[in-house]
Amino acid sequence: MSHLGERLKAGIIKDNPTFVQVLGMCPTLAVTTSAINAIGMGLSVTAVLICSNLVISLLRNFIPTKIRIPAYIVVIASFVTVIEFLLKAYVPSLYSSLGLFIPLIVVNCIILGRAEAYASRHKPLDSMCDGLGMGLGFTVSLTVIGCIRELLGVGTLFGLSVMPSFYPPATVMILAPGAFFTLAILMAVLNSIKAKKEWGD
Amino acid sequence: MNLILLFIGAALVNNFVLVKFLGICAFLGVSKKVDTALGMGAAVTFVMGIASLCTYLVYEFILTPLGLEYLYNLAFILVIASLVQLVEMVIQKMSPSLYSALGVYLPLITTNCAVLGVAVLNMQKDYTLIQSVVNSLGAAIGFTLAMLLMAGIRERVEDNDVIPAFKGLPLVLMIAGFMALAFAGFQNLIPNI
Repeated sequence: MSHLGERLKAGIIKDNPTFVQVLGMCPTLAVTTSAINAIGMGLSVTAVLICSNLVISLLRNFIPTKIRIPAYIVVIASFVTVIEFLLKAYVPSLYSSLGLFIPLIVVNCIILGRAEAYASRHKPLDSMCDGLGMGLGFTVSLTVIGCIRELLGVGTLFGLSVMPSFYPPATVMILAPGAFFTLAILMAVLNSIKAKKEWGD
Repeated sequence: MNLILLFIGAALVNNFVLVKFLGICAFLGVSKKVDTALGMGAAVTFVMGIASLCTYLVYEFILTPLGLEYLYNLAFILVIASLVQLVEMVIQKMSPSLYSALGVYLPLITTNCAVLGVAVLNMQKDYTLIQSVVNSLGAAIGFTLAMLLMAGIRERVEDNDVIPAFKGLPLVLMIAGFMALAFAGFQNLIPNI
């Protein structure tokens, strides 16, 4: 269990895929127009990540090194197709708002990155924990960005209106420029926190 | 006429990088210098053009007759990955000078979501062969344009004195945000697209 805790901490804080490793930027910017979309995307990626890490880790002694990348891509693409069907069948509204970005989970660099860096050389159980940690880290980052954009852009949070009625929603926040600005400011804040910590030491 | 509108629509109105958020990794990663940005743009244009042609043929003549449309994602990514390998080998044999210019960027393109994205979009919108290729070329030109603009701006602001917290990626993201604001001005250029 302590191992799971360590992988979770690494995924969510120390090696956070969005803010520390800067991977998977396309969905991070594109689907965070609302908190619920962000969570949906994050959990879909987590599911694919856990399954693909497990299968790749099980097959790690059988896949020849030379063709490992195409092999990983086939495994990942199969799970993405499964997730696509599940979303289409059970949460059609989320499926239509995520749209193009569901098939594009295949080329999300977090998944291929974890397959190459972790699952190809660790035991199946460890790899699953790693997938869970990284996936949750991605989900948390996406949800934070989604909440900020939804709050400022529409004045709601998970669809419930929370801002006072005199607050004029800044529509630009849920459009393309708002995505870049939100991420830029969040990263700058994290940078300054990090700089202060180092200075304090 | 419709094809021209489609081209402009894909390049400016629905710019892949700044409006649709496709190919952001390359946009942030290889836009430090104008030369490399141009190289990456050229490589993406080349691969996107051929990939849209091949994925259209695969979807129309292999997947549809066999009733395997739901495997489009798997098929497209395999087509793109093997195409990139093939293009790399062909260029290496035929034109070493072009290879030395584009070579380093080619492997990166397999995981560039703009290439897979345009293939999936063409399929979802039921474009014909010609429409698919025109749409892909427009998207690729739009990608190259955004890369070049970004690289030009980054070369200029590189040595500027910015707030320490904004150094590096945050500054680049801010610039991208302002570029996206500018591109939002194209939004009403073409009605109903």
